[in-house]
Amino acid sequence: MSELLDFNLVEASKALKNKEISSLELTKAYLKSISDTSSLGAYLEIVEVKAISMAKESDKKLIDGTARPLEGIPIGIKDMFCTKNIKTTASSKILENFIPTYESTVTQNLWNDGAVILGKLSCDEFAMGSSNETAAKGNVINPWLKNKKMSPGGSSGGSAAAVAARSALAATGTDTGGSIRQPAAFCGITGLKPTYGRCSRWGIVAFSSSLDQAGPLTRTVSDAALMLNSMAGYDQKDSTSANLKMPDLMDYLDKGIKGKKIGIPKEYTQDGISEDIVKFYEKSIGWLRDEGAEIIPVSLPHTKYALPAYYIIAPAEASSNLARYDGVRYGARQEASSLDEMYELTRGNGFGDEVKRRIMIGTYVLSSGYYDAYYLKAQKVRRLIKEDFENVYKKVDYILTPSTPTTSFELGKKQDPLTMYLNDIFTVPASLAGLPGISLPVGLDKSGLPIGIQLIANSFDEAGLISTARVLEMSAGFNFIADGAAK
Amino acid sequence: MNDTSTLKPGHIQGETGIWEMVIGLEIHAQISSKSKLFSGASASFGSEANRNVSLVDAAMPGMLPVINEFCVEQAVKTGLALNAKINNVSVFDRKNYFYADLPQGYQISQFTKPIVGEGEIIVDLDDGEQTTIGIERLHLEQDAGKSLHDQHPTKSYIDLNRTGVALMEIVSKPDIRSPQEAGAYVKKIRSILRYIGACDGNMEEGSLRADCNVSVRKSGEEFGTRCEIKNLNSIRFIIQAIQSEAERQVDILEEGGTIDQETRLFDTSTGETRSMRSKEDAHDYRYFPDPDLLPLEFTESWVQDIKEKLPELPDSLKKRLVKDFGITSYDASILVEEKDYVDFYQQAANGRDGKLTANWMITELFGALKKDNLSFSESPITSENLGELISLISNGTISGKIAKEVFSEMMKSKKSPSEIVKEKGLEQVSDDSEILKLIDQVISDNQDKVNEYLSGKDKLFGFFVGQVMKLSQGKANPGVVNKLLKEKLK
Amino acid sequence: MPNKDTIVDVPTVNKIARLSRLDIPEVNKENLTNDLNNILGFVAQLDEVDTSNVEPLASVTGHKLPLRSDDVNDGNIEDLVLKNAPESSSGFFVVPKVIE
Repeated sequence: MSELLDFNLVEASKALKNKEISSLELTKAYLKSISDTSSLGAYLEIVEVKAISMAKESDKKLIDGTARPLEGIPIGIKDMFCTKNIKTTASSKILENFIPTYESTVTQNLWNDGAVILGKLSCDEFAMGSSNETAAKGNVINPWLKNKKMSPGGSSGGSAAAVAARSALAATGTDTGGSIRQPAAFCGITGLKPTYGRCSRWGIVAFSSSLDQAGPLTRTVSDAALMLNSMAGYDQKDSTSANLKMPDLMDYLDKGIKGKKIGIPKEYTQDGISEDIVKFYEKSIGWLRDEGAEIIPVSLPHTKYALPAYYIIAPAEASSNLARYDGVRYGARQEASSLDEMYELTRGNGFGDEVKRRIMIGTYVLSSGYYDAYYLKAQKVRRLIKEDFENVYKKVDYILTPSTPTTSFELGKKQDPLTMYLNDIFTVPASLAGLPGISLPVGLDKSGLPIGIQLIANSFDEAGLISTARVLEMSAGFNFIADGAAK
Repeated sequence: MNDTSTLKPGHIQGETGIWEMVIGLEIHAQISSKSKLFSGASASFGSEANRNVSLVDAAMPGMLPVINEFCVEQAVKTGLALNAKINNVSVFDRKNYFYADLPQGYQISQFTKPIVGEGEIIVDLDDGEQTTIGIERLHLEQDAGKSLHDQHPTKSYIDLNRTGVALMEIVSKPDIRSPQEAGAYVKKIRSILRYIGACDGNMEEGSLRADCNVSVRKSGEEFGTRCEIKNLNSIRFIIQAIQSEAERQVDILEEGGTIDQETRLFDTSTGETRSMRSKEDAHDYRYFPDPDLLPLEFTESWVQDIKEKLPELPDSLKKRLVKDFGITSYDASILVEEKDYVDFYQQAANGRDGKLTANWMITELFGALKKDNLSFSESPITSENLGELISLISNGTISGKIAKEVFSEMMKSKKSPSEIVKEKGLEQVSDDSEILKLIDQVISDNQDKVNEYLSGKDKLFGFFVGQVMKLSQGKANPGVVNKLLKEKLK
Repeated sequence: MPNKDTIVDVPTVNKIARLSRLDIPEVNKENLTNDLNNILGFVAQLDEVDTSNVEPLASVTGHKLPLRSDDVNDGNIEDLVLKNAPESSSGFFVVPKVIE
């Protein structure tokens, strides 16, 4: 069985198409590894029967030569994606029994391209968190240094842990301020957040509508390219979806970076960043230079204000987006004698502490008398941050930064919300500007935890992002497997 | 006390002097679209509970709004018809509050940047005067669903069919000074909306409703504190509610009290306004731009295209009717009140006597419909048939008197006038020889009267005319009868 | 923005909780107030940024709002709409009685 788990997505796809393996055996191997690694808590829901039947369907297509791009590839889906007739909870108690009657556009695109669903993956409640500790069903454990119970990061912690633990060949994630890139960095895998508008948000439980964006978590850059090829696309049902055709990313894997300009922003090497990360950041710069890129120091002067602006904008939107969870039409209702009491008990009981904190912050910053000082101010700062990037992209093609200031931390160690927020300090600026970013593993720190490096491209240049990331991936040659991964 | 009978409308005589009303209206007009503002579910009335509801309307997780182009067009059309500024960039905001029939927990509306800005309309008052009322803004928003409170002792039932139906909110400036002006303003807005087809204006079904802001002040003073009367669905109620609310405020102020700014409801059974029971903690709607939608932008040329396709509006139509059909300005203003009237009139009067047609339509048709309690659209008489009746009168086929008989038969049977005239043999007799026969008969029957007449009793001429008409069962052409009788009795 | 530590007090937290329709147990209120003050104090850093003459940015997409044509192509799915309802009766959602 273990050989099957050794294939990355692109390799497995090739083996399937060459009929060296069948989707059924591949899917069964993954179902077994889900059960072998169940102590990690990555999966909230496993859909074995559906997986087997989809795999059989794929095998037919593989045999009759009508295989689609992701034919027979078993993947996991973050629980933020609504999946038809499969429980979708956003890791929240308030949705504990919610069974959508519809399928999100992104997951539908994946099934249309032949992917096989294994199950739904845990995440921070409503994607609010950076450690996967706010999930209603409990923590997810990072497969790295398994016995120390490290955080997989968040909010797509279940997705990152499953890919790192080899209990999914790939997974979907959503990224609002770093929720794909940060857990990918913590779990030693690749995570790609596309340009805002590249993937449809229709059918994805909304956290912060102006920031939320779906993307893949995979073992390699080429796996990410193949996944995003299927996930992306214009959707008339999402008014913010971009009506732009994305080129086939697989064509850009080996374009190289000769003559490309890589910007190194001085604001990303601040106090509090771990020494090992700085070391690998510098190594990464060197690798790219060796491959023919021109390294250019740049400045994104408002970087420092990205996190405070984010912690106004995202909670503000969330406070409104989560108003629909009121126990009237779906979700877990707390019975009461009056409507208002029913609302307060349902929401007070159904939401966890972090979600409640953010709803409170969001309500406060939008409330009468505070709107201008907080929300409007944050939107103005958001423009300045976007303009910082626009100015830098006049001079460079890509920006290289660390993905996170530290590697993974032990679960339960960070109690203060604000300390937790600082995890996203390097991922939030690109989110606010709507830019595509990718985190990929480049090495291990002294304790043996993976280090992620982030590349940020200009809007809708996912193709260039893939070319550049691929060069870095080849140079870094990261080929470690987590100790907690399925064998 | 002064003599109150000389008070102007909108003025209230108090102990301390005359108070003046200051009124502003917010009209909510349902756009006549097939589907909802942000979803493809039907916007129609009277369906089974929750039938016209999409997953978007029910605010299922991950559902997103996509705007209806027709609704945007109607808002622009209405803005143009209100002589208002069209904002080529406008923004949708979320108005956040919790209510059982508001599934999203917010209403999508337009707060700081509405699609239409300032404008104005001319309003015709009953005394023939005109006044100009300013428009503050017009914006697009979603309607809410419906809560039924009388189905169960401890539960409310929620139907989301109305949720997300497109509304235009038309906000007037506080330029209105009497309940009558408010009524005339609503009438005018309704008429404009019907002309351009943006809204059916049906107040009974709730397609048009108004919130009235009312305050009072002494002439020349600053505006007083206002109260808002919610959800009035007839012009009569609007007039009653404003009058009674203004009187309430005057009573309080004259006793040295102050007005609380609040929302009030109009109780149609008592004819008075009352404070809403659920006062709730002060609302804080936390408006912010809806991040699921982008700014609504359109080009000047798109607006120009709509402008060119705009139908003729009541004010210009009124002028044209006076000019083309020679009718009075008063009659014209009645006819342009409703698009249906003016369409009917123009069809009926086409190529015919315009004045006569206007008379028959306004006096006879409107009178008969009112008597039978029928709406204009239920009229048994079509414009074609009324036109035919006018022709029959004009060309002498029937007399005016017979025409009334034919008209009441038309109301009953819906038949065409020529059919009725033929069936009942009501054609006017103008043929000399036939009328001479009747005259001979009358002369031979009344030889004594003829002698009196010939000996100088001229007054008897009318008697002979009457006898001939009677003998003809009213069908003889009175002009011909007159002429022939005179010759005969020379 | 006001000074850190004194931004929100318990009565303000009560007001915000009420606006948000969140039942917060008494025992949690002090901690929550502290957390909110820490976060609001942190975001108050934005005061340092000069934003005069800066237009607020609500959306990063460069495109215009797309419009759909006025077609009825949704609805008639009462069963799906009501499927997850905690309580429903004869096609209606049911909630505790609302007093207007």
